[in-house]
Parts: sequence; C-alpha cells; structure tokens
Amino acid sequence: MKVKSPLEVYNFLPRTNCKECGYDTCMSFASHILDRSAKVFDCKPLVRDAEKDAKAKEKLEKLIELTSPEIAEVVVGVGSSALKIGGEEVLHRHELTYFNPTAFFYDIWDSLDDKKIDERCDRVVSYKKFYVGKYLTLDGFAVRCTSNDPKRFAEVVKKVAGYGKPMTLIALNPECMKAALEVVADQRPLIYAATEGNWKEFLKLALDYKVPVVLRAKDLNLLKSLAVTFKSAGVKDLVLDPVTEPIGEGLQGTFERVIQLRRKAILDGDKDVAYPIMVTPIAAWMIEGDEVTKSYWETVIASMFIVKYADAMIFHSIDQHVVMPTLTLRFNIYTDPRTPVQVAPGLREINNPTPEDPVFITTNFALTYYTVENDLNSAKIRGWLLVLNTEGIGVEASVAGGKFTASKVKELINETKVGEKVKHRYLVIPGLAARLQGAIEDETGWKVLVGPIDSGRIKGWMEKNWPPKK
Amino acid sequence: MAKRFTLEDFLALLKKYDVEVLEDVKIDGDLEIEFEGSGVDLTAFATLYTLLNEFGNFLYHTNMALTYLQRLSTMLGIPMPFQVQMPAPPAVPAPAVVPEVKVPEVKLPEKLIEAKFEAPKVEYLGQIEEVVLGATRADGGTRDYVVKLGGEKSLAFYVFDKPQPNLPAIAIDVFDRPPALAKAVKVHYEDVVGSPAEWAKKCVKKFGADMVTIHLISTDPLLENTPASEAVKVVEDVLQAVKCPIIIGGSGNKEKDPEVLEKAAEVSEGERVMLASATLDMDWQRICEAAKKHGHVVLSWTQMDINNQKMLNRYLLKRANMPRDSIVMDPTTAALGYGLDYAFTNMERIRISGLKGDNELNFPISSGTTNAWGAREAWMADSPLEGDTPWGPRELRGPIWEIVTGLTLSLAGVDMFMMMHPLAVAVLKEVFNTLGGKVKGNVADAGKWIFAEV
Repeated sequence: MKVKSPLEVYNFLPRTNCKECGYDTCMSFASHILDRSAKVFDCKPLVRDAEKDAKAKEKLEKLIELTSPEIAEVVVGVGSSALKIGGEEVLHRHELTYFNPTAFFYDIWDSLDDKKIDERCDRVVSYKKFYVGKYLTLDGFAVRCTSNDPKRFAEVVKKVAGYGKPMTLIALNPECMKAALEVVADQRPLIYAATEGNWKEFLKLALDYKVPVVLRAKDLNLLKSLAVTFKSAGVKDLVLDPVTEPIGEGLQGTFERVIQLRRKAILDGDKDVAYPIMVTPIAAWMIEGDEVTKSYWETVIASMFIVKYADAMIFHSIDQHVVMPTLTLRFNIYTDPRTPVQVAPGLREINNPTPEDPVFITTNFALTYYTVENDLNSAKIRGWLLVLNTEGIGVEASVAGGKFTASKVKELINETKVGEKVKHRYLVIPGLAARLQGAIEDETGWKVLVGPIDSGRIKGWMEKNWPPKK
Repeated sequence: MAKRFTLEDFLALLKKYDVEVLEDVKIDGDLEIEFEGSGVDLTAFATLYTLLNEFGNFLYHTNMALTYLQRLSTMLGIPMPFQVQMPAPPAVPAPAVVPEVKVPEVKLPEKLIEAKFEAPKVEYLGQIEEVVLGATRADGGTRDYVVKLGGEKSLAFYVFDKPQPNLPAIAIDVFDRPPALAKAVKVHYEDVVGSPAEWAKKCVKKFGADMVTIHLISTDPLLENTPASEAVKVVEDVLQAVKCPIIIGGSGNKEKDPEVLEKAAEVSEGERVMLASATLDMDWQRICEAAKKHGHVVLSWTQMDINNQKMLNRYLLKRANMPRDSIVMDPTTAALGYGLDYAFTNMERIRISGLKGDNELNFPISSGTTNAWGAREAWMADSPLEGDTPWGPRELRGPIWEIVTGLTLSLAGVDMFMMMHPLAVAVLKEVFNTLGGKVKGNVADAGKWIFAEV
C-alpha cells in the first residue's frame, strides 16, 4: 500500500468521529486501514457522499488506490469457497504479515476414467487435518486437459465443478479451454495459461468469459510484456507463472525468477508485475526416479516457494507425506506474527469431569493447548485442564525460559479454585516439565505426577497411573 | 450542420431507402441526439432495432458516435445499447435472418506490447562472519578438511545479488549413550548405538555428513552422571575414527556443561571443534575461556529471542573477549507445525540485521533440525484424532518433516544443520547444491506436465 502513516489516510476521512465504521475515531479507523484490518468501504459517510457527488467519488477512488495492496488481489471461484490470492504487502513476514495463504490446487486430468476422477475429488474435498483448534482443508482442483479433446475436457471440468471447489483449468489449446469455459465460466475458474504461442486467443477468452488468467513465460521480459498487453486490453485479474523447472540449474533459475518478480513489484513498485505468482510443484513428476523421489521433490519445491512468494500452486500428489507438511508449512508462514497464538489462561472442564477426575496442566500456547484438549477429548478422558499463562510459549521453551514456574502454577491453582472442585490433590504435569516436579510439590502442597511427553499418550499413561496408588 | 437532424429522422431516412448496409460513411462536425422526457421508452427503439444495429456498427467507427453510444448506454443503464434483449418487433416484420446481437468487438492487439523487466539488485552494507570449523595438519590439527560457515553478503541463495561463499553444511548427531529416538531414525543407527566412534564413521562414510556432533548426554546428573574427565574419552575416540571437523555437545545441564565442555576443549586441543553450547543462564565465561585457550569455536544458544541472542553475543564478545571468527549462533529450532514460524522469523530477522550491519548479530547460524522429530506428525503411527484423514506411512512422513523444517530455515539463513535421518540429509544436500548452483542440468521440457499423464 502506498500510504505509510495513518495521517495520510485520515486526511481523506470525514473527521467527524461518527463511529459508523465501528471504531471510536477516524484516526483509529485510519490506523486499521493501514494494517488492513478495516476496509475503506467501512467508512459509510465516505461511500454515501461518493454516491451523490462526483468529487467525493474521485476522493474515495483515490483513497482506494492509495490503500490497495502492493500485489494485486485476484479472486478464484465464487461464493464461500472462493479463494483470494496475492494481495501481499511485504517481502518478509515480520515487516507486517503475509495475507492470503498460497492456494493449493490438486491435479485431476481428463484422460483418467470417471471412477478415478471421483476418487481423487472425494479425497480432496473430504481431507481434514486438525491443527491449532480447527481442521485444515484443501482448496481446489487443477483440471488438466490431457485428452486434447474439447468435449471430454468440458465434460470432466463440469463433473469436477460439481464438487464445489475453486478450479484452475489447464489447457494450452484455446479450443479446449473455450469448451470448458462454456460450461463453468460462471464458477470463475483461473485459466492456465496464456503463452507466447496462444496469448491472443487466451486474451479473448479472458475478456469474453471474464475469468482470471495465468500468464506463463520463462523470459521475464516476455512475461511482463504479456502482463502489460493483457492489462491494456482490459484484463486486470492476472497471475504470473515464471515457469517452474524442477531440478538443477532450472530450479535455481526458477528460484531467482520468483524472487525477482516479487522484489520488482514490492521494492521498485513496478505495477506491471505486481500480480500473484503461480508455481507448479507438479513439475517434479517429470524428473527421473520412483514415486517417493518424485513426491519428495514435489514437497521440496512446494516448501521452497511457500516460504518465498508463491500465491498459488498446482500439486499432483494427494498423499499425506506431501499434503501434510505443505499444508502445515503454509499455515505457519501465513500466521500473523503480530498476534501471538495464545488462548485464555484458566481452568477448562473436559468431558464433564467429576471431583474424582485428574487435574492436568498445560500452557496457553494455542498449539499446545488445542493439541492437549483434543487428545483428551478424542480419548474420551474426563478431567480438569489448567491453562497456564506462559505468554504463548510452549512447554519446553517456557520451562527453560522461566515462564512455566512453580509459583505461577500455585497462583493459577488459587485463582481457579480447582482445589474446591476436586476431592484429591494430584496434579499431572507435562513430561517436558518433569524437572519442575519437586518445586511444584513444595510450592503448592499438591502431589505432582509426571505425565507423558506427548499428550497423545495420556490415554496409555492413565491406564497405568490413574487413579494414583495411595 | 445547419439543419437539426435527430436519430429517429436519420433512421427513418435509412429505412425509407431500404438501406441495410452503410459503407464509407464519414461524419464531420457535431452530431446531436436528444431524448425527451426522463425515462426512455425502450419499446420505441424496438421498431428500429434492425437498423439501429446496423447503425451501431457504423457509428462504432467514428469517435463522436462512440461518445454518443457511451452516453446512451449510461442513460439506459446497460453496457451497450445493442445488448438489450428486445421484444420481437411488432411493426417491422422480422427479417429472414436475424443478425446476432453482439457487443461491438473490442479491438484485440495484434502484437504484444513490448516491456522490459529490469531485475532489481539489493546490496547490504554488512557481511556475515566466516567461521572455520576443524583444523588440518597445516594449522596444527589432524582433520582432513575444514568446513567454512557464513561469509554471506546477501540473503541465503540470493546468488543473483552476491555469490555465496559457503553453502550450508550438515552435521549428523552422535550420542554417547542410547538416546530416545523415533523408530524411523533409530533403524539407521541400531548397529552403531553403543559405539560413538563407529556411529561417527557411519555418518561420514555412509550418510555423507560434512561433520559430526558428539553429544555427551551421559554426563547428565539425571542419567549416568558420567564424570567429565571420563566422558571426554569418547571425544578422543571420535576424533580418531573420523577426520571431519566435529562439534561437541553437553547434556544441557547448566551446572555441569561448562565443566564437560572445558574438558572436551582440552582433549581436542588444536582441532578447532565447536563447543555446544554457551547459554545466558550458565557459566558461559568458563566455556569461552576454554575455547580461547585451545583454539575452538563457541555456539551461542538462546531461546528464540533476537534480543537475548544479541545480549549473549555481546557478552561473548565484550566480556569473554571471544574472537569474532569463533562464534556461531543457535537461535533455537522449532519443528514444522510446532513453532517453526517463530524460529523462521527469528532467524530471518537476525540474518537481515547482520547483513544490515549489526555486528552483534552477523554470525553464522546453526539449527538443531533433529528437533523436527519431536513433532508427532513425524513419528506417530497415525493420528490420535478420529476426525483426521489417516496420516499415511510414518516412514515417509518422518524424513520429510525433517527436510521441510531444515529447508525452511535454510531460507532464513541457517549455515549449518544438525540432523539425523540419512534421507533428510541427502535431500537437503541436494537442495543446497541446487540453489547454490552446483547441480547442472535440467528437464528437457518444463511444460511437459501440462499435457502428460502422470
């Protein structure tokens, strides 16, 4: 975004502190615009004025332009499953945050038989992985035209569209692409790809069907030329693919191209290349080797570019050793570093515990907390869970760093009055906090039992250790 | 134009003469078209529909007319007037072939608009210190080679900014007693657990380690509590068994480690080992004194806090007078999914600060990547949660967890990795060599996947 201080935004606002936007002052609203937690359109007076008055409209448009993200934001798909890609502001996440997680599209190809297509689609739409309090799911499909038959491609694209996820359509043959767009253009698929060879036809398709389009070229002069040409012809929703070469000098070159594209947009403010970037880890399947080699290398390429600037990706493998690490990495890299991942400290009741049930303690680092809570729930263990304020630090680091201490445990026991809720005086501490056993016993007078290092093993631990032998 | 002439007049005129096509028409001057009343009755146009369509095509080629079309379309609240679905013209009989209702075609460019991409270049004022591990005979040691860490003037693998003098190195972990290891890791070391010297050999000869780290965990008072002087015999064995540079780790016990590392420094005199580690809450001074006396490097270890890292480095430099070429930092590694975001950003900030000229943070970075195996996704047979999609074989999940953890941190600027799984070691080496420009070759057609049945 071009503006750097809230004051620059403030000058465009009505300065009446009307609170219609939900913030107390126009200045506060301005600072939320700046960190992108509020939108210009939330200023209702500004929008109302713009409807009536041409000059006010100009002012509103100017403000929108000044506060729009450095990298264009492109929407793929429609409705609640629609994906926003791009919209980034910075090169390094600590400078602000990254906004729209890399969109993952999973491979379906039209020469596959219908049954297999359904199997793959089912797997993608039903995929779930619990992480930090919620289930991670997969974004969408990349439907490739391997048949080179417009009719078959359209048929498969229509079938896949039935699964309700955003799609990238992949065909360099404009006839095939047109056939597919005839059936699913209203789903706002991303079309892949306009190249040096077919750009005229793809430009027409993008205009006729009003869909976002990927431009593909290894030569960055050509890629930029394509972008400039498409933009001047009226296509704004562009995605740039600088061509993913999977190994050797090719991969090194890909790394350079991706980084240079993003740096050009953000450091030099070159709007002609300020679009989301597409990377295709699926290219790893063209190297020599067995399936494990290829899928590992697909994960490697994906990881490299999740960290460095890819906004959308096409994957072939739907195996867990590819999906799980990349999904987790994406979550980590796109976590907002400005807000610590914490939950409120206190006492949680798990599965309606009785006064006979155990008291556990963990930290308020969201990841630790949700892992423990889910393990207890999943194993149907009844218990009282104390959540210690370690300032969002996990068990091991908070014990080492003095944020998980006996005296803080005592305070928490007193504050939550857990002693009044149970009839025993046993506290189960995490295995990684074992060294605090004696100190907590001395400080609290409770008997301390050292639980397992991983809360996934609490069930087995309980079988041996609970109720405690007197 | 002296006489006023309305659109309707004009169309009537055309109709009167049965004009269907207008050719070579040019309009000079102003064309005024007026609509009366506030609302425009579309049905009034319906009768003129066919001709209007023709007229549209003709107007399209004149600038003034285009302006008019825009005005008209604004008034009608539609993109272009001829797109409107008209009722069947009641008065005029429908022509045999109804011309297709279409938008006047936007003129598509015939040629690409040429644009030049000028790649940006970023230069930093600072440089990361270069630290040498190991000493050959020429330098008073017995190592076959040395490993150089650091020396960067740009972000990791940004060789298009500045050449990267040293690619990251990999050290494999060796323990002086059987450690708790994930099954997928353990299987690779079962034959050598119990003999650190054999273990070290296997790491170098079979698994391609650049270095080994011998962790003296048996010195932990909560384990065997092996006395320091006895424990360091293992160090001598390892120095005999392998000729690569080595790293010596304690047990992590704050009270005992300084003594253990001091003894280790003594027995490895002249070999330029790295002592792991000095932390803020232990007697770092004692470790530094031992390192200086015997010519070693110290690993400065803090818990994911850039300010603490800076503070400890400052103590090592200013109070312990450690030479600048004898400090490596370990800002702590958290596994993928278990705080990797903190570890990554902390290291990235440290590296950028170093490159920008902060001379208390411009040291090579080390990562304890083996920590990745603490993630349950790496070692558990399957998810403990019913709702999860089954996790698949852990033999495949484990190594990739270590790879992705290491790869991510390599992009933050890590210069050396302490690892365990041989496959993870091999894959990361390939990654570093690739990004460092040491792997030649390419696939023949990078676009093959677009059409290929995989």
